[in-house]
Amino acid sequence: MPEVRAFIPNYQLTTPASLADALALLKNEPGVWKPFAGGTDLMVLLEAGRLPHRNYINIWGLDELRGVEANDTHVTLGALTTYTDVQSNPILQSEFPMLCQAASETGGLAIQNRGTLGGNIINASPAADSPPALLAYNAEIELVSSGGSRWLPYHGFHTAYKQMGLGADELLSRIRLPRNTEGATHYYRKVGTRKAQAISKICLAALGRMSDGQMSDTRIALGSVAPIVVRCVQTENALRGQQPHAKTIAAACDTLSREISPIDDIRSTADYRLQVSKNLLADFLMQLH
Amino acid sequence: MNADDTDQIRVICVHLRQKFSMQIEFKVNNKVHQLDVFPMTRLLDVLREQLELTGTKEGCGEGECGACTVVLDGRIVNSCLVPVAQVNGAEITTIEGVAHNDQLHAVQQAFIQHGGAQCGICTPGMVLAAVDLLKRNPQPTENDIRNGLAGNLCRCTGYMKIFESVVRACQK
Amino acid sequence: MDHPIGKSFPRKEGRKKVTGAALYVDDLSFPDMIHGVTVRSPAARGKIKNISFEGDLPWDEFTIVTAKDIPGANYVALILNDQPYLAADFVNHPEEPVVLLAHKDKYLLEEARRNVAIEIEEQPAVFTLADSLAKKEIIWGNDNVFKKFLVDKGNVDEAWSNADFIVEGEYETGAQEQLYIENNGAIAIANSSDGVTVWGSMQCPYYVHKALVKLFGLPEEKIRIIQTETGGGFGGKEEYPSLIAGHAALLAWKSGKPVKIIYDRAEDMVATTKRHPSRTRHKTAVTKDGKLLAMEIDFAIDGGAYCTLSPVVLSRGTIHAAGPYTCPNVRIHSQAVATNVPPHGAFRGFGAPQSIFALERHMDKVAQTVGLTPEEFRRRNFIHEGETTATSQVIRERVDMDHLLTRTLQLSEYHAKREQFSKENSATSGRFAKKRGIGFATFMHGAGFTGSGEVFLQSVVSAEATAEGKVKILAASTEIGQGTNTIFSQIAAETLGLDFDSIEIVQPDTGRVPNSGPTVASRTSMVVGKLVESAVTGLKQTLIGSGLLPAQYSEADFKKACAEYVAKFGSLKTSSTYQPPPNVHWDDEKYQGDAYGAYAWAVYVAEVSFDELTYEARVENFVAMQEVGRVLNPVLAAGQIEGGVAQAIGFTLFENVVWKDGRMANNQMTNYIIPTPADIPPIRVYFEENPYAYGPGGAKGIGELPMDGAAPAILNAIENATGVSFNNIPLMPERLMAADERG
Repeated sequence: MPEVRAFIPNYQLTTPASLADALALLKNEPGVWKPFAGGTDLMVLLEAGRLPHRNYINIWGLDELRGVEANDTHVTLGALTTYTDVQSNPILQSEFPMLCQAASETGGLAIQNRGTLGGNIINASPAADSPPALLAYNAEIELVSSGGSRWLPYHGFHTAYKQMGLGADELLSRIRLPRNTEGATHYYRKVGTRKAQAISKICLAALGRMSDGQMSDTRIALGSVAPIVVRCVQTENALRGQQPHAKTIAAACDTLSREISPIDDIRSTADYRLQVSKNLLADFLMQLH
Repeated sequence: MNADDTDQIRVICVHLRQKFSMQIEFKVNNKVHQLDVFPMTRLLDVLREQLELTGTKEGCGEGECGACTVVLDGRIVNSCLVPVAQVNGAEITTIEGVAHNDQLHAVQQAFIQHGGAQCGICTPGMVLAAVDLLKRNPQPTENDIRNGLAGNLCRCTGYMKIFESVVRACQK
Repeated sequence: MDHPIGKSFPRKEGRKKVTGAALYVDDLSFPDMIHGVTVRSPAARGKIKNISFEGDLPWDEFTIVTAKDIPGANYVALILNDQPYLAADFVNHPEEPVVLLAHKDKYLLEEARRNVAIEIEEQPAVFTLADSLAKKEIIWGNDNVFKKFLVDKGNVDEAWSNADFIVEGEYETGAQEQLYIENNGAIAIANSSDGVTVWGSMQCPYYVHKALVKLFGLPEEKIRIIQTETGGGFGGKEEYPSLIAGHAALLAWKSGKPVKIIYDRAEDMVATTKRHPSRTRHKTAVTKDGKLLAMEIDFAIDGGAYCTLSPVVLSRGTIHAAGPYTCPNVRIHSQAVATNVPPHGAFRGFGAPQSIFALERHMDKVAQTVGLTPEEFRRRNFIHEGETTATSQVIRERVDMDHLLTRTLQLSEYHAKREQFSKENSATSGRFAKKRGIGFATFMHGAGFTGSGEVFLQSVVSAEATAEGKVKILAASTEIGQGTNTIFSQIAAETLGLDFDSIEIVQPDTGRVPNSGPTVASRTSMVVGKLVESAVTGLKQTLIGSGLLPAQYSEADFKKACAEYVAKFGSLKTSSTYQPPPNVHWDDEKYQGDAYGAYAWAVYVAEVSFDELTYEARVENFVAMQEVGRVLNPVLAAGQIEGGVAQAIGFTLFENVVWKDGRMANNQMTNYIIPTPADIPPIRVYFEENPYAYGPGGAKGIGELPMDGAAPAILNAIENATGVSFNNIPLMPERLMAADERG
């Protein structure tokens, strides 16, 4: 059947007065409702006739889900933090530059003003730009329901392509980053189809810290090379306590190639994604000393 | 709502199990409007069809080209990606609201003078994006301009004269 | 009044465009108007077995049109008339139009489109140029061939034995989507008593007119085509509008209401025309001194499922295939063949970007083989005044490619950079580096229709002076962003000594303006502009001849004379019909002679970087130099070059049509990549002038020229940067990966 525009009159977008009301709706009518934030992903699907789900809760106006707060140990961002909000926050700029870089490379300004971190996480595209940075920064996420709330590590939240550990009555409400990036090397590189407004072919977010000439804390996250964004734990293990010289780097690249599973698709090839992932890893490691 | 619209909705009702139109109120170019809309209708379509403000254009329907750019509560957005339910109570500026009483904005004047517009279809979005850029950064470098306008595609100009037009507009 | 020609007058319709007041077809609405959509074939080739209307929909409310409803002839009148408006029994490409639907509710209409099932009994299809040439399946005519040409100069066969070197090469270019930011659209009102009127986004109102005359079987005066403000064309709206206009008109005819059809981006990309993919094979005989002895060129293009404009694209590509060089023996075999993909069509350059890509890549290869620099090799072979082209056209103007090359290489710091890059590229640091390179292309582009084409067109422009002393220009040439309205106004103002603002350009409407030919082939300024000049000259001569205007007059005198003339005689209108320049002779049988009245000459230099980390090639700087006769409006002219170069950069490094079973799989702007502002390098444009006697103010055509030179210049630069030769475009990082030794 041809993919043509959706039948707009069939869609519901209801605006709850508060977060509590939104959560009540999710609890009382399980499976019926999905959240709708900035719409930068959902509206594209709607217009292409590829949005089968019809009933949405408009959470865009819920201030409880906005705001960036910091204490000594963490920075906490509301799920509705936009990419523009991210880039304009001085603490994020100085301590979490990869997140700011990812935000600046997500679409153009008009998208950045509307796209949200929460939407990005829940949309769960393996090509998303911010999730690799969140993984490398050991982000945690808070899920709320009318029954309460829980924090969990973002790493492990995505279980398979577009599958995640989110209950039917839960909403993502906050993202928390531990403030322990001082002295680290941050390396973020998104390789897309063009310099701006591009879906990534490969996206690497890596963090490295040295101690006595050895790699003490290396975090490697990649997008667009697997059905979900991945934290490359085996590669990190292979690097721990090593010095970043040529042999180690080659071995790490080898481990990496077994830890990711890039594919051929409409934008790129498995071979290209694999090779460039290895190049980016090597480039990152060469910057550590 | 006129008789035509009632007929339209009647037609739809006959064939639908659910009907979700709602009332919203919002400001466009400083004028308040009250409308009956389906909540998922694109803001772009509401502006063009119900308000007959056809200056905002559709180029792609996917938020890639920026031809549908409008200002929503002070920030530029792609109106093809905004469901109208979300603009209840909001303030919007479209290209029709950029000039003041026949007095063109410096960006508009520069586009005419320096070749920033060729076929003109990307121009409304491009002008709004440029006006927004200059509001945030009154003396942008060429790099700032390249990045600031990166969400607006043009197929005619190769961008060079758009950059020049923005630079000249700053000089005014 | 100062002479307007040569000055950067601001765009005539600029104010409307920057305020959102310009009205494109989707901005228009008519009372009682309903919407139309096209239901298309799901398969590439086969028999239509059944069409069913499913779902729980009020089908009786819909206007439904199939081939059976066509009042006249079911073909799009163009060249071979093989393309149906609606497939009747058989489909030849995916997305071929089969059924049209109309309804008042545009959302319900989409629901209906989803629920029309077209059942096709599939037959084997051919999807590539190679398969079609190999005749794996005959899918069109007897041999899949729409058209063939043979250019034969001198005696190529005897030249091989005298060659010190024989160099061969094969070069390919892919399809390219025009991607005008305004999608195709049309609104029609049609009934048997009043006739048919169509408003639409288009380049050629009279092409649409001709097609609808046949579609409806109505007399010419019953069909009226009006061009609305058009958001880009680039050739993509040369012939395609005939199809969408006809569809809107058929629905209007059957429903009795105005019908609007507007494509969305996905439909426009998947269903409308694209640039013809090409394959060129070169075999070149050259002496050890680097003199060209013979060129044998095999040029093939993929026309898609129906002929459309393939013969003309083939023609231009063929004639440009041997370039701005002197070569005594040239043989060019060319053919346009059919495949089961949506028909390809016009796109700026129209065959020349394809054959010039191959040529300029090959010239660098020949240079390398002989042991000469790319520059020295060109210098030894450039054509000069008095020498002949591949079609044996004697160049009758001063042409100095040597000088253009020297100047361009200087402006781009070519030699210094080449040396600098060579040093830097060989320094190894153990880290991923950016290699840099610089390359150029030298080329020419013929403006106007080939050979006797302009004579055949018999273009006419009219001019009318009003009682208020305003001058109206009536021509079918459309403003599509390139500056038609402004240029015509400047020409008329200059010719009459009037204010730019005293000239009015009448909206192209076949009910009001004469046929000045299509807005294509870089002819609007050069050919039609000249007719504007002569038409308004006629106004002046009439007024002077009537004694109402002195030979030397002011604007006030002119206004007064017009008022008096109109009061006395009712109206003042003149027409001018195309006259070919003298001594232009073309032999269509032998494909020999004066192919074009004028050529623009150019040298383009591209500076690139190649990133070893990601295998991305990027154009860092670009210099575009061209001799164009006369620059009528510097800002508009530079705008044409910059825009064309940007499209050509897209053609080379970004724009890849991904085909799946004959259908464009990446038919979204998200996945079909054109350059953004962040991707385009600084483009420096330079002009030289050498007035062409038969162009207004001395102008030659320039619209398509900038499409020709960037691709080979960029690939020459990439070879300079990496040492690896690439010969197919688009050249994506995935393939560039092969260039890197690490990879």
